[in-house]
Formats: sequence, C-alpha cells, structure tokens
Amino acid sequence: MSTMSLRGLSKSFGNVQAVNNLDLNVEGGEFLSLLGPSGCGKTTTLQMVAGFLPPTAGKVLVEGEDITYVVPEKRDMGIVFQSYALFPHMTIAQNVGFGLEMRKMKRPQLQERVDEALSMVRLSGLEDRYPSQLSGGQRQRVAIARVLAIRPRVLLLDEPMSNLDAKLRGDMHVELRALQRRLGITTILVTHDQVEAMTMSDRIAVMTGGKIAELGTPQQVYDKPVSEFAYRFLGQTNEINGEISVSDAGSTAVRVGSASIPVEASEAPQGGAIKLFVRPERLRICPADNSKVKGKITTRLFLGGVWFYDIDSDIGHLRVSAPNLGAAQADEGETVGIDWNPGDMQVATPEVANG
Amino acid sequence: MADAALRQSSAPWLLSLPSLLLFVGLLAVPMALTAVLSFHVFEGMRGIQPTFTIANYVQVLTDGYYYELFLRTGLMSLGVTAICVLIGVPETLILAKMRPALQGTFFVVILGPLLISVVVRTLGWQILLGRQGPVNSALLSLGLVEEPVRFLYSMTGVVIVLTHVLLPFMIVAIWSALQKLDGQVAHAARSLGAGPITTFRRVVLPQLMPGILSGAIIVFTLAASAFATPAIIGGRRVKVVTTAIYDEFLTSLNWPLGAAIAIMLLIAIVAVVLGSNRLVERRFKQVFA
Repeated sequence: MSTMSLRGLSKSFGNVQAVNNLDLNVEGGEFLSLLGPSGCGKTTTLQMVAGFLPPTAGKVLVEGEDITYVVPEKRDMGIVFQSYALFPHMTIAQNVGFGLEMRKMKRPQLQERVDEALSMVRLSGLEDRYPSQLSGGQRQRVAIARVLAIRPRVLLLDEPMSNLDAKLRGDMHVELRALQRRLGITTILVTHDQVEAMTMSDRIAVMTGGKIAELGTPQQVYDKPVSEFAYRFLGQTNEINGEISVSDAGSTAVRVGSASIPVEASEAPQGGAIKLFVRPERLRICPADNSKVKGKITTRLFLGGVWFYDIDSDIGHLRVSAPNLGAAQADEGETVGIDWNPGDMQVATPEVANG
Repeated sequence: MADAALRQSSAPWLLSLPSLLLFVGLLAVPMALTAVLSFHVFEGMRGIQPTFTIANYVQVLTDGYYYELFLRTGLMSLGVTAICVLIGVPETLILAKMRPALQGTFFVVILGPLLISVVVRTLGWQILLGRQGPVNSALLSLGLVEEPVRFLYSMTGVVIVLTHVLLPFMIVAIWSALQKLDGQVAHAARSLGAGPITTFRRVVLPQLMPGILSGAIIVFTLAASAFATPAIIGGRRVKVVTTAIYDEFLTSLNWPLGAAIAIMLLIAIVAVVLGSNRLVERRFKQVFA
C-alpha cells in the first residue's frame, strides 16, 4: 500500500515538451489510469516513474522517498509491458523467478513464490513451457505473474491489453482489477483505451499535451468533465456553438440560430460565444410538437444494444443514442423533437492550445 | 485440367531453372571434377594418369606436415572468429544506440573493407604493417615496443587483416539478431532487479546467440578458405591449407594431391560448421524457435 506522488515532473526532447510540470498523487492501493491519445506524454511519464528516462525537472516520490534518480533495478516496481517482454530463452518458471533470483532468494522459497504467482494468474502447470509455446493471453498472464512474484511497491501497466483480442481483453480487465484489489497494490495504468481505463480505475487522469487535463473517478471525468478535451476524448459528444443571452427576467440562455437553450447561470461565463456539450445518450427523441428542438433524422444506425441517430436540428448536427428496447423506432427522413434534462447541456473550459 | 495441374507442378522447377543451371554449372560440376581428380594418379614424368587411387588421401592423412597445416589453418580461423565476436558484439551494440544519421555513416565505414578489391586492401595492409610502416612507427614512438613488431609474414598479421575484412559479416549477422530483439526486454530485466551487466549477460546476449552463431559460421568458413590474405601477408612463412593447395596445383603441378587437400578442407569446414551449429542450437534452442 505505497503512496506515490509526482511533483512538477517534466521531460523535454529538444524543443518538444513531452511532459509538462505534472503533479499527481496516487493513494496507497489505488488503481490510477493515465489516459490519453498517443503523444500525450503518458508513456514518457511512466518511463520516468520506472526509471528508464531521467526527467528534465521534477521529482518522483514513493512513500515520501525521493526516487527520481534511483536506477530502475532498485525501485522495486513491477512493470507489465505492451509486448510483455518475456525472456524467450527461459521457461515460464525461470521468467517468473527471475526477479526473485535477482533478489538472491533461496531455492525452496523462490519455488513457492513462483508457484503462488502462477496460480494467481491461473497458469499452474505451465512452468516448464517456453514463452513461444504459449498463446497471447497466456503470455500476458506470465508477464503479470512475473511482476507479482517480486511483490513490488508499485505496479505499472504499459498498455498491457493492446495485443489481446476484444473478448479476452474484457475478461482480463475484470480479472486484473479483482487481482489488484485483492493484493491492494498501488497501480498506474497507461492506456489510450478509455473502456480499459473506465472499467479498471479508481481514478483516471486524462492527459493531453504533457499535462493532466482532467482528474477524477471514471464517472466524474465522463459525466462532468471540466475540460473540453475530456469531453471530446471520452465517449461521444455533441458540441453546440451559441451566444450567451440574458433575458429581461434575469435567466441565462444560449442562443443558437433561432433556438434558445436555457442554462444554469452559474455555469455560463459572462457574455460572448460559448460552447455547450451534451452526450448522445442524454438526448431523447420525442414527438415534434412542444419539443425544445426539432430536427430531421439523416442517418439511423443499429449497433445491437443501441440505436444511433444523426439529426439535422435547429441547433446544428446532433447525434442521439437510444437503448434498443424493442420498441418501434423513428425512421430516416422523419422530423422529430429532441429533449433533454436540465443540466445535461454543459459548459466546459476551453482547451488551451499547447505551444 | 491435367495440363493445368502439370503446369502448376512444374512451375517452381521452371522458375528456379536459371539459378539451378548456374549452381550446377559453376559449383556442382567443378566440385565433382575436383573430387574425381583427387582419385587420380600423378606421376612425375607422365603427369596425371586416369587410374583410380586413394594414395593422395593416404598421403595427406599419414603425413604430419598436413596435420600441422590443417591445425594451423583451424587455429587461425578460430582466432579470427573469436576476435570478430569480441569486437563485433560491442560494436553492433554501440551502432544500435547511435542516431539514425550516424548509423548510416558508420555502416558504410564498417562495410568499407568489402567494397575494396582484395588485392588493393591487402597491399594497403602490407604497407601499414611493414617493418617501417605507420603501425610500427607509432608503436615505437609511443614506446610500447622496443623494436619493430613482425606483422608481415607472421600469423599475427594474417589474423589482423582477416579480422578486418571479415568483421562486417559478423556485425551484419549480429545486427539482424539485434533487430529482432524486443527493446522492452532489457527494461523488463532491469525493473526486475538486474543490473546492466546481469541484464546483458542473462537476457540480451542469449538472444543474440543466433546472430553470433551465423556470423561465426560465415567468418570461420571464409577465414579457413581465404587465399589472398595468407598468400600476400603470410607469404611463404605462414603456410595454410589454401596456399598449400595453390602450391600443389601451380608449383608441383600435382593436381590430384591438390584436389585431395581441397576436398579434405571442404570436409573439415563442413564438419566444424555442422558440429558447432548443433551444439549452439541445442544450448539455445528456444531462441532459435
């Protein structure tokens, strides 16, 4: 249950600022994800935490101890790599035992720890195989067992699931999450896969341009993000451009063309152009009469669990999703009304261009 | 239908026919003729007689001179191979860490010896290694030696020059093995508690073994069958199998004996290569998979 914190961590490669003054505290036993598109600095951050890259500035602390310039082999961190990085010339047992062997552990005890680690990932019985004789999923389990065997203070996962097929990936999310909870091991996951980050994490740090744009529980960062970047990066979203207008009665609304969308005054900045965000699942299709906004369905997509509608509306192009409950659905070309609950149309702070 | 099937089955043969003809005409036939020649009788007065004999082989196998010759050639090739491994592994690792632009430049430098004619290169070395050559002058002025080192017409010189020209083969072979190496593997070893040296010895080096082995086979084979370098740098004093064959053919005119030595050299090289291949492959079989 080791706490970890990054203080003002920065890394630049020439003129490129890969990680920019990053501050982050990870609680003991917490599962935290660094989520972001490629080039956002998440992998660089992980490399600095693991000790493979020296930071340009800043500190890495584990349990208050400054390990910024400690060599990787003395950090006591377990890393599961994207490629798994198994040792192809060693058996599974030798792979899992490698870290213990480096710690000069005696044979019988080492054997016991290897068995224990392999049984944790349900691979008992494959001790004498070589990595090339295992499937992708099994290799990944070996990589996990290899780091669990050393009982690291911090577990670092570098896109560990990206080489698995979708079904297996889903299973591994659940399994790895359960294992992490059971062992109570502080974990940082680096991923570009938002489903992975959402299903496994206690908290997610959404990264862009070497900075954390959004930090919170999966629900917080999805439902009520403060940054426009998080809105765009996580799931799907509708962006509505409008102008702030304050009525005589004192209520604030956003004018989009001829339509007017009421918003809570506290959320709206004063005056000028504004962007509203709303998730497709927060919009509802309703009869055209008496609806806030009307529009014509241009495309209807069936994805099994949900329907997607692309609608040309009074306030611009909107995507609406509706769960497939077996009811009759509106057709393409139909004019429908669109409704939402107050509060679902949200304002976010604009993205700051990163230089 | 049958026609199409026939055409399909004969297509690979037809396509490989040109190279097959080249192989048979330029390699298989001369080798077969050499083998046949080695069983002929040679008489001083009448020359080569088309009579079957194994006397040439008996002569090679019973004369201590030839054992010494083969042993010297074997040790020389082994030495060149060992030095190529010792220089080639670090050199390739350094090369891999370079910036891409520098890598290109250094590859040209490393492959350079192969781009120069063997005669020019060897004569260049002869100038460098001479009694009053730049290498000896440098060694003398640095006070590293009391008197000029005998490089020319010595085994040392032959090994230096052979290493120079054969090192590229070793580096290219190790390079290709290094390209297949997962860069994260070394990081994994480090994070599991292994220091840089242990990581190299336990994790990186074993995975480079296929490259080192194929490089060693190429270097050994080429060193054992090299002719120009031992002939020019080694001269009369350092006689190896290839120069002995040359002498039999062109000085003694005893072609059958020369042919017999050549066949023995071929067998010896194949035996060494196959033997070491089996040994290393068994030891590192998982890396070869």
